[in-house]
Amino acid sequence: MHVEVRGLNKKFGNFQAVQDVNFSIDKGQLIGLLGPSGGGKTSILRMLAGLESVDEGHIYFHGKRVNDLPPQERGIGFVFQNYALFKHMMVTENIAFGLEVKKWPKAKIRERVAELVELTGLTGFEKRYPHQLSGGQRQRVAFARALAPEPQLLLLDEPFAAIDAKIRQELRSWLRDMIDRLGITSIFVTHDQDEAIEVADEIMIINQGRLEQKGTPWDIYKNPETPFVAGFIGESTIIEDIGSLRGFETARIWPDTKALIRPEYVEIGQAREFTALSATELGRVGHLHFRGSEWLVEVEVAGSRLVTYRSLEKEVLHPGDFVHVLVHRAYLFNDNDSWIMENNLKEDPMPVHI
Amino acid sequence: MSSMLQGRWWSWGFRSAVMIYFMVLIVLPILGIYGQSLSAGWSAFIDNITEPLAWKAVFLTVKLAIIAAVINILVGTMSAWVLIRYRFPGRRLLNSLVDLPFALPTAVAGLMILLLLGPQSFVGEWADKFGFAILFHEPAIVIAMIFVTFPFVIRAVQPLLEEMDSSEEEAAYTLGATKARTFLRVIMPGMLPGIASGAMLAFSRALAEFGAVVLVAGNIPGKTLIASVYIFGEIESDNAAGATAVSVLLLTFSFIILWLVNYVQMRRKGV
Ligand SMILES: Nc1ncnc2c1ncn2[C@@H]1O[C@H](COP(=O)(O)OP(=O)(O)O)[C@@H](O)[C@H]1O
Ligand SMILES: [Mg+2]
Repeated sequence: MHVEVRGLNKKFGNFQAVQDVNFSIDKGQLIGLLGPSGGGKTSILRMLAGLESVDEGHIYFHGKRVNDLPPQERGIGFVFQNYALFKHMMVTENIAFGLEVKKWPKAKIRERVAELVELTGLTGFEKRYPHQLSGGQRQRVAFARALAPEPQLLLLDEPFAAIDAKIRQELRSWLRDMIDRLGITSIFVTHDQDEAIEVADEIMIINQGRLEQKGTPWDIYKNPETPFVAGFIGESTIIEDIGSLRGFETARIWPDTKALIRPEYVEIGQAREFTALSATELGRVGHLHFRGSEWLVEVEVAGSRLVTYRSLEKEVLHPGDFVHVLVHRAYLFNDNDSWIMENNLKEDPMPVHI
Repeated sequence: MSSMLQGRWWSWGFRSAVMIYFMVLIVLPILGIYGQSLSAGWSAFIDNITEPLAWKAVFLTVKLAIIAAVINILVGTMSAWVLIRYRFPGRRLLNSLVDLPFALPTAVAGLMILLLLGPQSFVGEWADKFGFAILFHEPAIVIAMIFVTFPFVIRAVQPLLEEMDSSEEEAAYTLGATKARTFLRVIMPGMLPGIASGAMLAFSRALAEFGAVVLVAGNIPGKTLIASVYIFGEIESDNAAGATAVSVLLLTFSFIILWLVNYVQMRRKGV
């Protein structure tokens, strides 16, 4: 289902929970609503579902305004954060609920329930009650129940928040496969950026009731449109005086401009490890953190503290060592604008091997 | 080591104290009644029970207690619903008033009903005009029973409604269910254990009511004489055996109901 939202606003008392949100979603897409807790993600989802009234703005499904439709008539499936399974009903009764409401014939209901039980890997658990299931199983029952009446839009509120890290990983890829297979337009809420990046076709970053940016995960990572997005996605350090870093001296012409530098933007090593040595400057290694698959290195350069990764295969560094530091690029921002600046001493190295 | 021993002594002491308390206060008197009722032999017991006035009193009490319990189910469930789901001025006051029948001496309750329904009162006159009698007839007994058992269903249903998760209701809506269907299929099953155990406690308490009923029932043997008043009368006229026989019947009823309440609550914990 094609979803379009125009000028959406929601207040709880005096508190503006959702502020002037606009977006549109193409049929069959899986969208991740990502942002810090309290940002308004759940409120947006609930307004789409019709569980919360809209103060201002319009919601269109298939080009038809649905603001005044009750949740019963919106053709959506909703997976609640706490699953909200019917406690006194068995797995099959939970899944069949929406079908009985729609007055499907008995035989068809049985068939559809069996199909969903199979699809969600709940075979053997049909006769169990919610309290007899694990978190992951409950999650799948909630998913099956929402999918059973063949909704056009699936809304999932932090579907994996209450599940162990390891099973979460499995469920994520399972959900991705399932949604691909069914081709159903889906929106899921999460506050976990890895989850959003891994699963979603497009991410919408929500902060303080506003939609900060919408785009593919790669887009958002490459070209963050607001400082909040730049800081929220990935790890980063904020540098007050970017002009003091080598290769960025010209940034001094912009007053009141700060820089955000990601670990991936920074390279450190001995002189021989660099082709464009002139773009580097000396820095002093601070703390080293072992990250399982790499080192996270803090390095002090020209009065600023930067963070970067270093491969375990490379020479081991020690606190206090002097190393060459190359800052490839920085994300600059001030109150009005934000842009990416490349290190202007760095020529694109085009090494020619013989 | 010594602290552990001490802990054990404490625990043993507490348990024995509670056991003895239970024995002296509850178990022994009950056994005493069962023993007493059979002291003159089975046939005397049967005679006492089959005495028409006795079994009529028991039958009347059970019948009226059932009516009271059913009304409690309806009104109590509705009251619990309104007190939890609606916000209105005076809600807190109403909510604390629910417990009044427990706190009030039942004789005072009886007096209140007597004054409220008496022939000089508005209700009494009104009922008179339409030609049906309340006071000193069955309706007055039922009203007295309802009054003293009013809190049971409300207090049993309220916590269930409170801990009920509103997202379960919302899930039903998103699946297309109407409000009525959601109430019947999703909310009602959640309240049912509370309704059942509240109603059974109310029934059992109504069976036993004396103070409120004795003032308003008229106590005409065979017509408006309920079991507890019958027992009182038998004791007054020195027929201890007759009193104990009826007591045993009531006690047995109460036990069965207690067991049922327990059973319902166990099942609730199971689910
Ligand atoms: N029913 C409500 N009444 C009052 N405030 C609410 C209500 N629902 C949400 N809020 C407030 O709105 C803000 C956004 O909440 P929510 O949409 O749940 O954020 P998120 O899902 O991103 O964590 C929060 O500050 C929350 O306290
Ligand atoms: Mg939320």
